[in-house]
Amino acid sequence: MTAAISATKQRKWQDYFTFCTDHKVIGIQYLVSSFFFYFIGGIFAEIMRTELATPEPDLVSPELYNQLLTLHGTIMIFLWIVPAAAGFANYLIPLMVGAEDMAFPRLNALAFWINPPAGVLLLSSFFVGAPQSGWTSYPPLSLLSGKWGEEFWILSILLIGTSSILGAINFITTILKMRIPDMDIHSMPLFCWAMLASSALALLSTPVLAAALVLLSFDLIIGTNFFNPAGGGNPIVYQHLFWFYSHPAVYIMILPFFGIISEVLPVHSRKPIFGYRAIAYSSLAISFLGLIVWAHHMFTSGTPGWLRMFFMATTMLIAVPTGIKIFSWCATLWGGKLNLNTSLLFGIGFVSSFLIGGLSGVMIASVPFDIHVHDTYFIVAHFHYVLFGGSVLGLYAGVYHWFPKMTGRMVNETLGRIHFVMSFIGLNVTFLPMHELGLMGMNRRIALYDLEFQPLNLISTIGSYILATSTIPFIINVIWSLNKGTQAERNPWRSLTLEWQTSSPPAIENFSEPPVLWSGPYEYGIDSESIESESVQDLLTEVASEG
Amino acid sequence: MNIPSNIITLVAGIIVTMISIWYGQNHGLMPVAASEEAIQVDGLFNLMVTIACGLFLIVQGTLVFCLIKFRRKQGDTTDGPPIEGNIPLEIVWTAIPTIIVFILSIYSFEVYNNMGGLDPMASMASHHSPSQHQHHQPMLAMANQSQISLGIGDSPDENSNSPVYVDVNGIQYAWIFNYADSGIISGELRVPVEHPVHLNLRAGDVIHAFWLPEFRLKQDTIPGQDATLVFTPTRIGDYPIICAELCGAYHGGMKSRLYVMSETDYQEWLQENIIAQTQEGVNTVAVNTSEMSDGEYLTPYAQEMGVNQEIIAQLRQIQ
Repeated sequence: MTAAISATKQRKWQDYFTFCTDHKVIGIQYLVSSFFFYFIGGIFAEIMRTELATPEPDLVSPELYNQLLTLHGTIMIFLWIVPAAAGFANYLIPLMVGAEDMAFPRLNALAFWINPPAGVLLLSSFFVGAPQSGWTSYPPLSLLSGKWGEEFWILSILLIGTSSILGAINFITTILKMRIPDMDIHSMPLFCWAMLASSALALLSTPVLAAALVLLSFDLIIGTNFFNPAGGGNPIVYQHLFWFYSHPAVYIMILPFFGIISEVLPVHSRKPIFGYRAIAYSSLAISFLGLIVWAHHMFTSGTPGWLRMFFMATTMLIAVPTGIKIFSWCATLWGGKLNLNTSLLFGIGFVSSFLIGGLSGVMIASVPFDIHVHDTYFIVAHFHYVLFGGSVLGLYAGVYHWFPKMTGRMVNETLGRIHFVMSFIGLNVTFLPMHELGLMGMNRRIALYDLEFQPLNLISTIGSYILATSTIPFIINVIWSLNKGTQAERNPWRSLTLEWQTSSPPAIENFSEPPVLWSGPYEYGIDSESIESESVQDLLTEVASEG
Repeated sequence: MNIPSNIITLVAGIIVTMISIWYGQNHGLMPVAASEEAIQVDGLFNLMVTIACGLFLIVQGTLVFCLIKFRRKQGDTTDGPPIEGNIPLEIVWTAIPTIIVFILSIYSFEVYNNMGGLDPMASMASHHSPSQHQHHQPMLAMANQSQISLGIGDSPDENSNSPVYVDVNGIQYAWIFNYADSGIISGELRVPVEHPVHLNLRAGDVIHAFWLPEFRLKQDTIPGQDATLVFTPTRIGDYPIICAELCGAYHGGMKSRLYVMSETDYQEWLQENIIAQTQEGVNTVAVNTSEMSDGEYLTPYAQEMGVNQEIIAQLRQIQ
């Protein structure tokens, strides 16, 4: 077996720095580069939290604080979570559907290589005065607070948005057109469903953001007045256009990790996913509803009363498909044989944290309550529970789950568990107190605050240090496991999805033989002897040798 | 076997319900409620906390139970039972959230309507006849520029006390209050208790958000567009006024106070200030701020913003 693995043709490390069209290389490129930006965004967050340990603006100036918060938000959304999800999708989708590569390999490489320059452009805005009007960049503030920093921000987002659109086209086409003939749409893994929903959303909404940013750029550079009230423009129009993309962006960020969790939980609890179709269709429902909720970000803004009611109803409705997913995941675990490795722990941590973000999400969908907490730390708490507790924990669950497939090495479980425990504690200590801060009257995006808020802010800052420190065992683990980790078998988790039928790491052409669909992706416990993919591969090897 | 497990489920359900109801009523998370509107929002919040608490306990309880009870035993490589779904169960857990959000939507609508969110006077201010509020021409002049007036506010009730009309102007980084009836211009808001307060909000430069945490009210002030907030304070005291929308580097310092006073105290303050401002004349408010440095401009607001001399010195260094 080991000889078979080492005999498969592998990429050289130099390939990861080239315009390589192999989807696996591109997947790793996305993942590694997004982790790089995660650390930068994390450092910005730690500077901000250190500043907020005391009420006075004593560490950084208020201008720098606003620059840091703008870039923290932008980096974490556009250069961390979205590309990291694209990394998983690039690596996994062709393998999961039994294809050799993505539908458009060159477009795929192009989509990735747009990102690093965009990230560098964004960071280089510090040299010209980084943008400081928040990641929302609302005019007229964004038109007044530094032209070039803002312009750099717009250009980098336009580039990343283009990358996102190209990626979405590729994912949709690959999922719909490149599946092996035996795999109908109801037997493909749920991660593919999630990426289908997420990509459709990205394809529909990203161009609207691009339009808004181009118009904002015109206002900035050539003095048009689309959004500038001083010249008769309407800043509310910008908010509508911005949120038409940026609320769906939340689902673009979370849906792929819903998919990852739906892969991780069944394998490590040795049970079929509970309610396959319900989970698959709920992704599509979230995708559709995600398009008609954007104005809930504008409940206190220029939104008339009746419109607030409409968007309240649609927003609340999203709780239904999301609830279906959470209950189905719990039912998947129920009665299983849980292998509590790091991946499953992160998976369960995901469900636990996302639940809190989901519950506060229903609360802030309610207009009268949202009016109170809008633009406060309650919102900061909510979206960090969704995007850190949800996306980031889901991302780690995926990393630990597919690490053996991607690298051919097993991770160190002890370091992984330390990573999980520190992340989970750090996450809750950091973000839980923010709910109360917001309710009591602490607004967001401020470097100085009232003395009464200090104790909770201090707790939150300490939590953020735990959270930051939690990445150290992860980094050590990745580096150590890459070099010294136990050699991974082809299918160490005895998973039934197709990507585990090939070697670890997969050969350049993915499958040495056309993969065969012997079972559904989650048919655990039905007849484990006959469908265990280890046996399947042995059978294939026999067939190949006879042939 | 079924009977004991049913009893355990029932007991667990009762305990979860009791904890949720108790926590929903006793969480103490909200600041003091200083208006009738705030009490209604708190009622809605309490219900949401009760439901959230129940769901939180059920789901987290399930996860913890699974972690303990269904942990794989050493050396066991078999799979769990092949349960792929359960249609009645899935219908139940789809129906329950649907019913919950339906109830919350209706309740929220009711509270919002009671707050005056759908009130025709507030949302259709552009159609007011000027004769209705002759004393409040500036607001109407502005309102007529836009087709839809934004905000929250009940129509003035004929039985209630006469409203106090105040124009609120948000500028970087201060709130300026202009009392339409008396002509008083102030950096802080003073209103009599039990009188409806009618705020006409606007912004001078960028978007700000006028937030009264103790009144559970917030409304963005948008340049070129009027907005309205109407509320009735029920509790004497002083409360923070906060800008909630990022409005620039010193956004965190854009604060003021709302003083809710007894009728007598309010009248006294009104008289004192009418006389004082008549004597001072208008020169002090007619300073051309464009000729001032940022430091000079910010100094008068330093106290309101909670910024001390040291910070101002730091800010000047940065400039």
